[in-house]
Amino acid sequence: MSVTVRIPTQLRSLTGGAGEVTVEGSTVGEALKALDAAHPGIGERLFDEAGELRRFVNVFLAEEDVRFLQGLQTPVADGQVLSVVPAVAGG
Amino acid sequence: MDFVTGLRCRECGRSYPAEALHVCDFCFGPLEVAYDYERLAAAVSKEAIAAGPASMWRYRPLLPVDDPNPIDLGAGWTPLVRADRLAAELGLRELWIKNDTANPTGSFKDRVVSVALTKARQLGFKVAACASTGNLANSVAAHAARAGMASVVFIPEDLERAKVVTTAVYGGTVVAVRGTYDDVNRLCAELTSERPDWAFVNVNVRTYYAEGSKTLAFEVAEQLGWQAPDHVVVPVASGSQLTKVRKGFAELHQVGLLPEPPAVRVSGAQAAGCSPVAQAFADGTDAIRPVRPQTIAKSLAIGNPADGWYALRAVRETGGALAAVSDEEVLEGIRLLARTEGIFAETAGGVTIASLVRLVQQGVVRPDERVVCFVTGHGLKTVEALTGVVGPTATIAPTLEAFEEAVGAELDADRRTR
Repeated sequence: MSVTVRIPTQLRSLTGGAGEVTVEGSTVGEALKALDAAHPGIGERLFDEAGELRRFVNVFLAEEDVRFLQGLQTPVADGQVLSVVPAVAGG
Repeated sequence: MDFVTGLRCRECGRSYPAEALHVCDFCFGPLEVAYDYERLAAAVSKEAIAAGPASMWRYRPLLPVDDPNPIDLGAGWTPLVRADRLAAELGLRELWIKNDTANPTGSFKDRVVSVALTKARQLGFKVAACASTGNLANSVAAHAARAGMASVVFIPEDLERAKVVTTAVYGGTVVAVRGTYDDVNRLCAELTSERPDWAFVNVNVRTYYAEGSKTLAFEVAEQLGWQAPDHVVVPVASGSQLTKVRKGFAELHQVGLLPEPPAVRVSGAQAAGCSPVAQAFADGTDAIRPVRPQTIAKSLAIGNPADGWYALRAVRETGGALAAVSDEEVLEGIRLLARTEGIFAETAGGVTIASLVRLVQQGVVRPDERVVCFVTGHGLKTVEALTGVVGPTATIAPTLEAFEEAVGAELDADRRTR
């Protein structure tokens, strides 16, 4: 599956400035691992030592928080968009 | 004079310059303003504060922006009201209401926005933006108008009508988003990367914004004669305010304005229909599971609270608790506060009062404590919630007979109206 990942400002130094990167993977976790393989260093920013998403990292699949889905095991379909977004304060 | 030494990641401790940064580049942890407390201690005094303006800017050295002319509509220095009638109903000895409905746009958000936009202007931003559940939208639109800045505010489309009108009237751009606040928030977080020349007050300048909430604690301590209360009850949406109230009391000791380290117990208030932090507290876990909000307390309807973890920790470390109250209790809380103290709170204030009631019943808030309850938004913003709940006692023809028939006997039977 080919997935587009939207990259936040904080990680664009690792993607050569690109705001979107296309990777292969059949789950959210696989896609993010592929992102790390293509742009080394991103993985340690997204995942903690246990391999889980860091507390302040939010990942959305087609605008839905993956924590509401099946987390990193959530299947992705060809052409879907993943967004990596830092947590935001209230309003 | 500026006492800010930079920004620091709350998670991993990495340091950053005092610019428009809100998230640690490394671990995405939130950044916090770092101050030189030694120099601050030498510079601040009760006398200098007392001689300052009757607004939150009397605490200027303790805020993260050094500007002699802040963007200011007069936020802060709101009444701290001794609430003896409400205390008597609840069996408390000493209860105070911090009435932050008295701010220029009717909520505590004026405190955080005044700081955020003053800093944004200093950093060179021309556009003020935000994701909002309503109160922040009001305040950003108003302060931007005051400063001659453009504003672009994003709100969920199902917001209370009053909050839409009281935002749009200032003439800025108001974008209603089909989705929840969490959807709006995500959109704005993404937009921040695409529009880096906009100051999203609760995104890229939130580090400064959040500091404004400390003034709630500063004022309470000063208004109590430079003493900290025993217990505070604070509403929890993102968790930022609760965290900063606690920090505010601690800072007063750090700079020598409170002689002893304050032992303030901090309790939090959430609506049951959006209570991810209260749920984590009840479950005894550190993991805050995001929820889909379903409550009339829309200004607290943040299902994925960014500072929830810090709020949870603050509550646990200080021996407080978190309550989650039903929408019925929220409406009862609004009416209880109005009936006993003459203060009309929005639904979030109803959450706070109802949570106070619950915490008293549970024995968490104790009768011997000096308690301060933060009521942070005005009831006129959410009148819809009370539609059909309160209204005229009777509707009558303009005749004496009609009056006597409808309510006369009832009023005669009431000792207070006899």
